[in-house]
Amino acid sequence: MTRYDAIVIGGGLVGSAIAYGLAREGLRVALVDEGDVAYRASRGNFGLVWVQSKGDGAPHYQRWTRRSADQWPALAAELSARTGISVGHERPGGIHLCLGEAELEERRARMERMRIQSGNFGFEYRMLDHRELADMLPGLGPSVTGASWTPYDGHANPLNLLHALHKAFVEKGGRYIPNTTIGDAKAAARDFRIAIGDREIGAPKVVLAAGLGNSGLAPLFGLSAPVEPQRGQILVTERAQRVLPMPTTTIRQTVEGGIMLGDSQEDVGFDTSQKPVIMQTIARRAVLSFPWVRDLRIVRAWAALRVMPPDGLPIYDQSERFPGAFTANCHSGVTLAAAHANLYAPMVAAGALDPALDLFSARRFDVPALA
Amino acid sequence: MFRRWPDADPATIAVIVEGRTALVPPGASAAAAVLVAGFRHIRETPVEGRERSPYCMMGICFDCLAEIDGVPNRQSCMVEARPGMRIRRQIRARKIDPAPQ
Repeated sequence: MTRYDAIVIGGGLVGSAIAYGLAREGLRVALVDEGDVAYRASRGNFGLVWVQSKGDGAPHYQRWTRRSADQWPALAAELSARTGISVGHERPGGIHLCLGEAELEERRARMERMRIQSGNFGFEYRMLDHRELADMLPGLGPSVTGASWTPYDGHANPLNLLHALHKAFVEKGGRYIPNTTIGDAKAAARDFRIAIGDREIGAPKVVLAAGLGNSGLAPLFGLSAPVEPQRGQILVTERAQRVLPMPTTTIRQTVEGGIMLGDSQEDVGFDTSQKPVIMQTIARRAVLSFPWVRDLRIVRAWAALRVMPPDGLPIYDQSERFPGAFTANCHSGVTLAAAHANLYAPMVAAGALDPALDLFSARRFDVPALA
Repeated sequence: MFRRWPDADPATIAVIVEGRTALVPPGASAAAAVLVAGFRHIRETPVEGRERSPYCMMGICFDCLAEIDGVPNRQSCMVEARPGMRIRRQIRARKIDPAPQ
């Protein structure tokens, strides 16, 4: 049996960010990756590093997201220096466009709630009317009534991020085990043994970061990860000269010039097929927001499954029954990549999650049923 | 650089590639016309400006992007050459005119 200091199960954005962070802490780490046959939300991600929409009613999530966004520039620079791969990160602030008065009023109320909930941590935002917004975003459609803006938001290239994390992990001495589905798992406190193919690897620490696979894996380690798939569909246009100076929740122009359109949400189980009716809705909203999008050719489109906890917030835990077993679950693998590499991994290395993460425990779902 | 098969149909379709007239047989693609016109590359990539020529000639590789009759970024291998068609090479990213309509 080959022994490591830690085994990370799941080689998507969550797993590879944590594995890289652990390797950087000096641990001997194995990263077990099912491979591209997995659902792999990391391949379908929209690529926002997004703060402004997250954590209404959950200020701890607002803080965690923002801490990650604050760590992002350092992570991007570090990955670029270590691997030569640019992850295309920019943080020019971000916009949430509102079509119609009802959307604008709902947004205004939500942003103000989040500001109040943020307390001393603060939450800087502005509501912009159509005219102000038209000065910031060229060719704004007349249906756009206004928008919210915060300085915290940005975007990145998810595929380059995944590539860079893998490369940096291996260069830090990490052992990447691809195309491998884990078999039998034996859990004891700080002693985990995992069958991969016809051999076994062991470690005093294990991190479950297998996305939708975590729901089945977690109980083997005395953990709970009740995540469900939520389908999102994305359209991408041909590359064009850059005109959008900052990303919006549903439309962003990448560093390379392609314009991504997305943010659909459907609960359809493990179905990754694309549906024209959703694609039409996405395209229609994009054209209402920016009429010039109409002239651009769509060159690619896809669907992928988000890893969605019941309340939309991440789940982080260390097993009480089998200390040393950790889990990380979220639908924001890009946004939270910097938190996972720079904040979460050092906690795992130290053997205890920070009390700031207590509220993210899956224990929050253990509410006694009322009669 | 490129020679046509001797038994090909006569080149009777005249298109204009970057201002030069090129003659191709009926059914030939716009990408073929660019090659016949003697251009070494048909596009320069949007980010790094690398030179690319038509490659797969069957609609897969997107390396034959060209501006055809004023429409940028068209896959020229998938467009049949027509008399008087104006073809320009796709030099880096296409432009967007975001002016309100």
